[in-house]
Amino acid sequence: MAPGLLPRLLLPQMGFRLAGRGLWTSPQCLAVSGDSQLPPVPGQARVVICGGGIVGTSVAYHLAKLGWTDIVLLEQGRLGAGTTRLCAGILSMAKPISIESQMANYSSSLYQQLEEETGVKTGYVKTGSLCLAQNQDRFISLKRLATRLKVLGINCNIIKPKEIAKLHPLVNIHDLVGALHLPDDAVVSSPDVNHALAVAAARQGVQILDRTAVQQVVVEKGHVMAVETDRGSIECEYFVNCAGQWAYELGQASEVKVSVPLHGCEHFYLLTKPLQEPLAPNTPVIIDMDGRMYARLWQGGLLSGGFEKNPKPIFTEGRNQLEIQNMQEDWDHFEPMLGALLRRMPHIETAEIHQLVNCPESFTPDMRCLMGETPGVSGYYVLAGMNSSGLAFAGGAGKYLAEWMTYGYPSANVWPLDIKRFGNLQSSRTFLRHRVMEVMQPRVQTHSFEFLPYDFWRYLLSLDQSKTFYKPDWFDIVGAEVKCCKEAVCVIDMSSFTKFELTSTGDQALELLQYLCANDLDVPVGHIVHTGMLNERGGYENDCSVVRLSKNSFFIISPTDQQVHCWSWIKKHMPNDPHLHLEDVSWKYTALNLIGPRAMDVLAELSYVSMTPEHFPSMFCKEMSVGYANGIRVMSMTHTGEPGFMLYIPIEYALHVYNEVMSVGQKYGIRNSGYYALRSLRIEKFFAFWGQDLDTFTTPLECGREFRVKFDKDTNFLGREALLQQRQEGVFRRFVMLVLEDHDTELDLWPWWGEPVYRSGQLAGTTTSSAYSYTLERHVCLGFVSPPPGPEGLPMPITPDFINRGDYEVNIAGQRYPAKAKLYPFSSLFTQQKRRKEDMELSNLQGK
Amino acid sequence: SWSPSRSDQSFCTGEESGVWTRSCCHFSTREDLDFQQSQVQINSILRSNEQTVNVPEFDGRALSAVRKFDSNHLPANTPNEDRRSAATCLQGMLFGVFDGHGGWACAQAVSERLLYYIAVAMMPKQILEELDKCMDLGRPIPPILQWYKHHSDFNYRESAPLYIRHLRVFWQELLDNEEHDEGMSPQEALSCAFRRLDADISLEAQVPLSSDLMKSTAIQVAFAGCTACVAHVGTDGIHVANTGDCRAVLGVQNNDGSWSAVPLSKDHNSQNQDELERIRAQHPPSERDTVVTDDRLLGVLMPLRAFGDVRFKWSVELQQSILASLESGVDLDSLNLYQYTPPNYLTPPYLEVTPEITYHKLRPQDHFLILGTDGLWDEFSSEEAVRLVGEHLSGIHLQAPVSPSERKLKLGQMHELLLKRRARASPALDTNAATHLIRHALGTGEYGESSQERLASMLALPEDLARMYRDDITVTVVHSHNKSH
Repeated sequence: MAPGLLPRLLLPQMGFRLAGRGLWTSPQCLAVSGDSQLPPVPGQARVVICGGGIVGTSVAYHLAKLGWTDIVLLEQGRLGAGTTRLCAGILSMAKPISIESQMANYSSSLYQQLEEETGVKTGYVKTGSLCLAQNQDRFISLKRLATRLKVLGINCNIIKPKEIAKLHPLVNIHDLVGALHLPDDAVVSSPDVNHALAVAAARQGVQILDRTAVQQVVVEKGHVMAVETDRGSIECEYFVNCAGQWAYELGQASEVKVSVPLHGCEHFYLLTKPLQEPLAPNTPVIIDMDGRMYARLWQGGLLSGGFEKNPKPIFTEGRNQLEIQNMQEDWDHFEPMLGALLRRMPHIETAEIHQLVNCPESFTPDMRCLMGETPGVSGYYVLAGMNSSGLAFAGGAGKYLAEWMTYGYPSANVWPLDIKRFGNLQSSRTFLRHRVMEVMQPRVQTHSFEFLPYDFWRYLLSLDQSKTFYKPDWFDIVGAEVKCCKEAVCVIDMSSFTKFELTSTGDQALELLQYLCANDLDVPVGHIVHTGMLNERGGYENDCSVVRLSKNSFFIISPTDQQVHCWSWIKKHMPNDPHLHLEDVSWKYTALNLIGPRAMDVLAELSYVSMTPEHFPSMFCKEMSVGYANGIRVMSMTHTGEPGFMLYIPIEYALHVYNEVMSVGQKYGIRNSGYYALRSLRIEKFFAFWGQDLDTFTTPLECGREFRVKFDKDTNFLGREALLQQRQEGVFRRFVMLVLEDHDTELDLWPWWGEPVYRSGQLAGTTTSSAYSYTLERHVCLGFVSPPPGPEGLPMPITPDFINRGDYEVNIAGQRYPAKAKLYPFSSLFTQQKRRKEDMELSNLQGK
Repeated sequence: SWSPSRSDQSFCTGEESGVWTRSCCHFSTREDLDFQQSQVQINSILRSNEQTVNVPEFDGRALSAVRKFDSNHLPANTPNEDRRSAATCLQGMLFGVFDGHGGWACAQAVSERLLYYIAVAMMPKQILEELDKCMDLGRPIPPILQWYKHHSDFNYRESAPLYIRHLRVFWQELLDNEEHDEGMSPQEALSCAFRRLDADISLEAQVPLSSDLMKSTAIQVAFAGCTACVAHVGTDGIHVANTGDCRAVLGVQNNDGSWSAVPLSKDHNSQNQDELERIRAQHPPSERDTVVTDDRLLGVLMPLRAFGDVRFKWSVELQQSILASLESGVDLDSLNLYQYTPPNYLTPPYLEVTPEITYHKLRPQDHFLILGTDGLWDEFSSEEAVRLVGEHLSGIHLQAPVSPSERKLKLGQMHELLLKRRARASPALDTNAATHLIRHALGTGEYGESSQERLASMLALPEDLARMYRDDITVTVVHSHNKSH
């Protein structure tokens, strides 16, 4: 290991400064003597980045690479003096979601070549890493992770305990089931990577100013205008908040407040003195998620930390520190982690302590980072909230953000990281403080669907037959709900859906929607239209239902997580017209979904209006009274393909209507139902959901929704060009439905999402969602497949033959199950309903 | 309840030892089933002898230096051989713990009588005169002591008139003493009372007594023994008189909030070099190697000072004649008496009662006094006990951060240290400080963490095994009226 590598972890020597713009001086010369030597702040720049940690420098580096000039990077203390300085330096690609693994993968290759590019030693050592499993559940989750990483081309293997012992002599393997080995994981010195990125950025013209604090971001007409610093103000077009721990407060410090929902939390790790029997320098990093600890080699000794059950949030009151230092060490707090370390590596009990490091890190409500342009202020970008993976993410995240700023969108689907996934709900300081104590938990728990031992003793007794990834406990309950949806009627509360109203005096509203939506909205009043809102590439920015309430007013219903995103998407394309008005009415309506053949009977009884399809055709909306309540928007759609109605009820009548529905519904066998039933119903009918199956890179043509695109009309709409071109060239990937065969629901692992799909033995795609269909008595997976690249590595258009003539398999945690691929749903699911409805009417006549 | 159980046992062993063993085994197995007792059971066992007394700040005569006291004991012997006493006298409060051996008779008698002797010795002549006058005229006697008794503490009813008579003889002698005007100082009083009571015990066993029961009781008391540690808490200081291996420790809070122990007594056992030298000096050099062997007096007795134990005080002839004088028909075994002479019993007496007396002037940082029998000190050092009570008292488990020197530890040692610190930080289950101490004495795991399993198994030990794993434990914690509270 490079000798200069690690003292930096402890001794900040980030004292480089610039003599002139873009000219790099010796990093060793530390200007202590005062502000007189600081270069002046420029009056103008195109981009101002705030934060000189690894994230900020990565953004600067990538922007410069993409050809941006006129970039200023501001740091209130010295470069890399925040979390970056104390980072544990583990670069692992084993991340919970694919986009994060992709970012880590890119970071890894970036850091690997950075030393060559800049001449700055980064301490990169390819050690590999071992994610240990102490129980079968963990082992299954690691196997699932392995299948996903392989899809991304990341090298990894599932190994047995004996092999662990061979790779790492100190690990106690007696309580281990196995491990996931990632040979390409590495350790690196994050301050040095930070330094190298700064050097490279400065060479490309980025102006780096340390000891310059941002005081305020000036906003005019919803756009960033300037940045005020303690040393003068800088006019700029773009501002990037990479302030790490202080990003929340910096967000609050702009004229129009920007919500950056993150919270600081103390994080401890231990450094030991060199071990008596030294380990090989490439000894792998150990990540023991069940033991909640990690350990890597550090200067002949060990560096070991963990994630505790009682995290210590800090900086709630917003104590801004120039540099994070003099943090209290708390040995008592560290005891469980030390215990975990000694259990995992009993032999190091004789090692001597070097130091206990307290390195505060910032966490977000869902443990994913915050990236992208803020919804309220255009030109204001954020990249922060790294959840203790800043080193692994900085490279990839910096690249995506730079692409985003350059092209308007990044080269991959970063929706899971998009800052617009959060609303104002999540920006309460108290919420964040309490949430951060909570989210520290699943971090090292199982991925995607974490195991929650609600009954600890039963958990201990049933460890071997734990159901985490098998048939779940709620199987029969959901089965009963589905049956009730098919035969009687169920109520699901869907109030969280995003609801907007767009109104205008003239036909501005229609014009705007015709431009934003792919489907034709020039429909008679009362009609509901399912439509995508597409971007220039033809990809789904949103998939929504639009109701034409009157000639010039529309009701837009979108998935829950679209609240901020869809709002800013519409706002961005809305002309500045006082006669065109967009309102978020999500809080004004409670939404009840009445699913099932008897829904019409319940409503008919409550409204004295006939609700049969003859009187109330499908995809239709009427304002009517239900019970004693007026003004309820009743829509004949259920988001499941089952017959029934959505009721949008003004919130003050919600309880009354619900009570009426339940009491009248009793004789029709009504029951409350939940999301799993809805999911099972929509997946068996091949309904795609935005956020799960659809994203900004998916076009209607790729998921068989051409019928919802107004190609036949001459109206221009966003994404039309791209779609026309795609229609010409053919699509390279296709949304399919895969029905598992030879899969034992009782005994085999269940698919959830993210499972690789193989066609005739070759990797063809991944699943995006899946559910057990109680009607088909099979598992149904939805996902995308694409043909292998053609002779010159070019993507090949997909044909129906490709879908129909392949032997498909779905890989669940390493086990492949044969599946039948379909392009269209089972029509029997729909006809069966009709027949059943007739039967019911008959039986109803005969009385019960 | 005591003697029938004895005869039961002798019946069993005498008749059919095979049956006895089998029934014993059966008994133990049943206990095994109950091995893991519930928290409720544990608490009810631990708290059945618990006593907490809040002392009024002003009792009509003087400000009390004592705010309250907590007391408790947990027997290991069946029956319990420990005793305790607490009472208010004219000049302050008296607290005693007594550890009996060779039965409980001596400890019982001393616990009933010693505080009277001390109180009387401290009384001014004028009050003693009044007392004596009342006795003469058959008028109600003004109380000498105000007792604080737990409902399980009892008195020898039969012997009460004898005890009062001898106490009166004592005060009449004091009245005859020209120098006794103001009463003795606590120091003199403690020393005098110890010696006087032991002399009375010895005497009562030798004189003819009116009833057989009184006679056999007096002999039992004299032949059994007991150690004693008595504290007198006055308005400005504490006197401690100790004889034997009980101990008194003062809990002092340092400026940084931590606790340290100030010993107010010395243990009279073979670990005490001065004590060994004292005993050896009292006997011819030829006995140097036999006076204390195997850490015991003449190879038999653990404490080196005690009440009673006339077997180590009287001549062999006197012992034999007294035992022989007991009416025939009285079963000596049933009284725990038997013809026995310790080895190398050459130049009696080997044992005395003379207490060692210390004085400590109360300071603001002195918060409490712990009196405990050796059963407690077998489990704890003085420092540990003081820390436990101190942290129990302050409620906040003030913990200094790990010090720089501790940071030099190895990982394994550091982990051990952290586990100990964690154990200290867990909240107390008991409000009574004495119960708190006993709980920790028995239910403490490897790192000082409280261990429910260990406690449960210690308490579930069958009667015949308990004494092998623990001794009777008696603790009294006296809290001072400290201005800082």
